Amino acid sequence: MQEQSSPGTDILKPSAAPFWRDEAKRAIVFQIVALLVVAGVSYYLYSNTQANLERQSIATGFGFLDKEASFEIGETLIEYSAADTYTRALAVGALNTLKVSFIGVVLTIILGTIVGIARLSSNWLISKLAAAYIEVMQNIPVLLQLFFWYAIFYEAFPSPKQALNPFDGLFICNRGMIFAIPEAHAAYSAMGWVFLLILIVGWFANRWGHRRQELTGQPFPAVRMTAVAAILLPVLVWVMYGSPTAMDMPALRGFNFQGGITISPEFSALLLGLVIYTSAFVAEIVRAGIQSVGRGQIEAAMAIGLRPGQVLHLVVLPQALRVIIPPLTSQMLNLTKNSSLAIAIGYADFVAVTNTMINQTGQAIEGIALIMLVFLFFSLSTSLFMNWYNKKMALVER
Amino acid sequence: MKFTKTLLLMLCLSLAMVGFAQAGKDLDAVKKKGFIQAGVNGGVFGFGMPDEKGVWKGLDVDTARAVAAAIFGDSSKVKFTPLTAQQRFTALQSGEIDVLTRNATRTLSRDTQLGLNFVTVNYYDGQGFLVPKKLGVKSAKELDGATVCVLPGTTTEQNAADFFRNNKMKMNPVVIESTSELAKTFFAGRCDVLTSDASQLAGTRAVAPNPLDYALLPEIISKEPLAPAVRHGDDQFRDIVDFSVLAMINAEELGITSKNVDEMMKSKNPVIMRFLGTTEGNGKSLGLDEKWAYNIIKQVGNYGEVFERNVGVNTKLGLERGLNALWTNGGLMYSPPFK
Repeated sequence: MQEQSSPGTDILKPSAAPFWRDEAKRAIVFQIVALLVVAGVSYYLYSNTQANLERQSIATGFGFLDKEASFEIGETLIEYSAADTYTRALAVGALNTLKVSFIGVVLTIILGTIVGIARLSSNWLISKLAAAYIEVMQNIPVLLQLFFWYAIFYEAFPSPKQALNPFDGLFICNRGMIFAIPEAHAAYSAMGWVFLLILIVGWFANRWGHRRQELTGQPFPAVRMTAVAAILLPVLVWVMYGSPTAMDMPALRGFNFQGGITISPEFSALLLGLVIYTSAFVAEIVRAGIQSVGRGQIEAAMAIGLRPGQVLHLVVLPQALRVIIPPLTSQMLNLTKNSSLAIAIGYADFVAVTNTMINQTGQAIEGIALIMLVFLFFSLSTSLFMNWYNKKMALVER
Repeated sequence: MKFTKTLLLMLCLSLAMVGFAQAGKDLDAVKKKGFIQAGVNGGVFGFGMPDEKGVWKGLDVDTARAVAAAIFGDSSKVKFTPLTAQQRFTALQSGEIDVLTRNATRTLSRDTQLGLNFVTVNYYDGQGFLVPKKLGVKSAKELDGATVCVLPGTTTEQNAADFFRNNKMKMNPVVIESTSELAKTFFAGRCDVLTSDASQLAGTRAVAPNPLDYALLPEIISKEPLAPAVRHGDDQFRDIVDFSVLAMINAEELGITSKNVDEMMKSKNPVIMRFLGTTEGNGKSLGLDEKWAYNIIKQVGNYGEVFERNVGVNTKLGLERGLNALWTNGGLMYSPPFK
């Protein structure tokens, strides 16, 4: 017993409180406990599932991904045939989901913005039409809209033999819209590269222009110059390559059109349904954003002599976007997730392809896990991008 | 804190229960429940579909009723769960249903990887092609480049792809989940051809705006032995389901129908006496009442009766017996001896 040996130090350093009285330490303990519980439950669920599957001798694991898929897919962005693996089939599905979501989001934002601004129009008719559009489209379930648009595509348009041919190189029938496209030529890839190069140069020019304007007050029309160059230079390249004009014309051979590019009724119906439904929500978001900017600010901006375009660009939008972006992100996510309704109208999205795979292999747990993973990936990447954009757009307080 | 702990404990306990829920023999579980939960199609006329009064009708439905008659002596002790092609095996694996009678094709991978046991085939089918007559196609080999309407979640997609590949032809599939939506799409001309099991195509043609405008192509591109299935793990239950199907076939062989079965009970033919349980033994072997086969025939009918009632020439489907005739009539329906 050495209690008596150093009484002095005991007074200077009061005995440390036991860890359960120390709030900081307690918090750490709780976190560790919570983590252990989560890990334990996850492990339990996993091992239980594994044991049950094994007991019923149901195959597990992702080994089937390397096997031949042996089913065809209607629409593919990459080369695919029934002889390819399940992995490739899933990639085709994921790209199809990405295609309809990406185009869908872009069109939704454009249409939503137009309707949202129309809703605020001082023209009574335009404003009421926009209001009616929003109310009707918001309140009809999106699945019904998909069925409606799909039915229009396959019921209203003629068979390939009687295809509508409004002008050379375009056919419209119940198999879709078939366009002529220019035949492959070295000129087109060169034009693509030049276009990309101009965009990069333009971006740097724009940055430089901004800096110069901040230093000297002299504006530099980088955006306009880039736009002009982006149109003129590729045309120049095209002429330099001897202006090739050969087109890949679609023609009816056998049952269907061969050649050109086909936009299927399934894709069109899905895109149309999703865009029209979601843009009604986006319109309301845009309206709320614009209305959140005080009238006084606009008047003040006009009073200091800004042009209407500048008022919108420099005063209204930066503030409206702060209100618009977060709810807009969730609408973009909604559209992506709703694209999985594709299976109802026969568009080969990721869910549809995975469903077929589950049926052929019987490995439902793995399949559903893949669906969740892919949609989580799409959603998180969208969120990440939009959060970054939101931060960039946030008002910088000086 | 105490509350959280209790909650956590309850959570752990309830999770632990999940693991044991499936324990116990399937037959015991069924007997304890007092009825059979059967997975059926729900949307295919002649195989599994409720009629306008909500009464379940169909070949597969009657097969499930036969199992109920064998176990409980009452063909009404069965409840039906309509399942899509995609839900069906999971529903059986997870124990949601006891027996699957939903025109499912028996294949090696399903029998092994899915942990299922298929029993005797109750309908021999094959995949065919339905085309509008105005297309002028006489053989499936002329379908190069065609747009093909396919129902997902079956072996159909794979069969079609195999057939087109094998014949060096291109196909352009349109895959829609709902049978009725797919049929509408096909009738509207979105596809050149609809492919599925021939029996289903007959059902689809029966509901076409003008059935005479459509023709089945001669090619049958696959073997589709449709059979009821049970889970691995209870061989006795498997035997009962198996012999319930066989009893219907055997009864037809022996000329026993639901109409004459009471008279047949007085028969002195030892084969019939053993089959109907007047000579005891079969019931005991299966762990059932000796009257089990009698109950099936009396309450559901023999295979021929069930076939003609649901899909035969006098129904909307108008299917010939074909492969599903008795072996004595050139078909494949054959039962082992009941002794």
